[in-house]
Amino acid sequence: MENAISINGITKSFGEKKVLDDINLDIKKGEILGLLGPSGAGKTTLIKILTGQLEADSGNSVINGKDSQRLTGRDYSGFGIMMDNCGLYERFSCYENLKVFARIYNISDDKIRAALESTGLADAGKTPVSNLSKGMKSRLRLARVFMTNPKILFLDEPTCGLDPATADEIQKLILREKEKGKTIFLTTHTMTEAEKLCDNVALLNEGKIVEYGSPAEICRRYNHQKRIKIHLTDGTEMEILHDESAAEIISELIKNGSAETIHTTEPDLKTVFMELTGKELSQ
Amino acid sequence: MRNIDAVFLKQLKETLRNKTILIQFLMFPVMAFIMENAVKIENMPENFFVKLFAVMFVGMAPLTCMSAIISEEKEKNTLRALMMSNVRPVEYLIGTGFYVWLMCMAGAGAFAVCGGYNGMKFCQFMLIMSTGILLSELVGAIIGVSCKNQMSATSVTVPVMMIFSFLPMLSMFNKSVEKAAEITYTQQLNKLINGLGTTEIKAESIVVIVVNFVVMAVLFAAAFRKKGLE
Repeated sequence: MENAISINGITKSFGEKKVLDDINLDIKKGEILGLLGPSGAGKTTLIKILTGQLEADSGNSVINGKDSQRLTGRDYSGFGIMMDNCGLYERFSCYENLKVFARIYNISDDKIRAALESTGLADAGKTPVSNLSKGMKSRLRLARVFMTNPKILFLDEPTCGLDPATADEIQKLILREKEKGKTIFLTTHTMTEAEKLCDNVALLNEGKIVEYGSPAEICRRYNHQKRIKIHLTDGTEMEILHDESAAEIISELIKNGSAETIHTTEPDLKTVFMELTGKELSQ
Repeated sequence: MRNIDAVFLKQLKETLRNKTILIQFLMFPVMAFIMENAVKIENMPENFFVKLFAVMFVGMAPLTCMSAIISEEKEKNTLRALMMSNVRPVEYLIGTGFYVWLMCMAGAGAFAVCGGYNGMKFCQFMLIMSTGILLSELVGAIIGVSCKNQMSATSVTVPVMMIFSFLPMLSMFNKSVEKAAEITYTQQLNKLINGLGTTEIKAESIVVIVVNFVVMAVLFAAAFRKKGLE
């Protein structure tokens, strides 16, 4: 499948500090790629370079077949960019906020209403932004992005600081956009979010991609222990080696009725990240 | 053009909701109207309060509004949202600058009505006010671009605004202050307004105003180059 985004050898330093070091990634059309890393790993810097807000020291990136440093106004209307620090006009209502950007993109009022509807803000259209909850503000930022019906979405920590229920709502909205065939470049430091949303993830640490692949594939790759954990009906837990002898033991336990749950012990992305970097993702 | 239009309309819509800005536009024209009608002193020059407050208005309102609008948008990251929607910095500055100019020109119109200026005098007055408003907008834009947030912008705006708006008034009472004030555009605007109705163009005033404009333009270019609009 054709690439929507190609990142080729991007390097960027701020003063002495190298923030991105030879980043290479390809994101296919219709794919959600999650860039995972702790705060300060360089995720936002990469989004800024991809969207032409910042120039890389070396390397290049191609968005929809065009060099990201040569993007024009028409190209920009094909993207939706949601940065965690993109503000809203607090004195304006939700509708008025979208209207400002609708004028810029020359979009009809129907699309404003549709964007509010799709993000569950139809009833809050006349509510001033200053009266919205944090989750509603996030949804309004997404509505602003969705309103232009972009083919590529750049979402920088879209659920950062939200409670689990609101984060879940936002994730559903993102998945709905994927179903429409949108390509989504997502940064997050939440492992569960990446596992839930992303086709592929890239683990970024100190400016370098330390691992890339689908969440399941990465976890399998780092399954060094190859053990099976069995929770027994008497409340105890046992671990057995994941080899040919395991089938016999498990079969016996099931026959006895003493096995309550059986799990393989693949690591999750958080564990993999810690193994690779010695750091927590949420740092 | 569409982007400039969007920024202008956004700002226009905010006028009635942003009390800080609204007060700036209304305060001096209203004060001039009240004082002109309430205070009658023997031998008081004609339109004394109109001229006094018009110069203060030019030194204060456009400067404060520009710095407040830009610094607020920077602090609340709405400017970033506009830039990421492909609004170019120059489009943002033109849209905002035109809005402030228009609102201040409406204020200038109110001063002209209050002072009973018409015909040639009205045109001269509006031209002088327009020049001063543009210069003060430039000063406000320098502050807005240079400062990270509203608080730091206010702490710079207040002393700068006091110099430009109050020096012409203070120079009426003190010769040394008057001498120092000669290099400011607001003092020259004060002189031009006091000489309304004469056809003589004071070269000294024009030179000082042009020099002020060049200095402000250079400072703005330097601030913009260093900080940009983010």
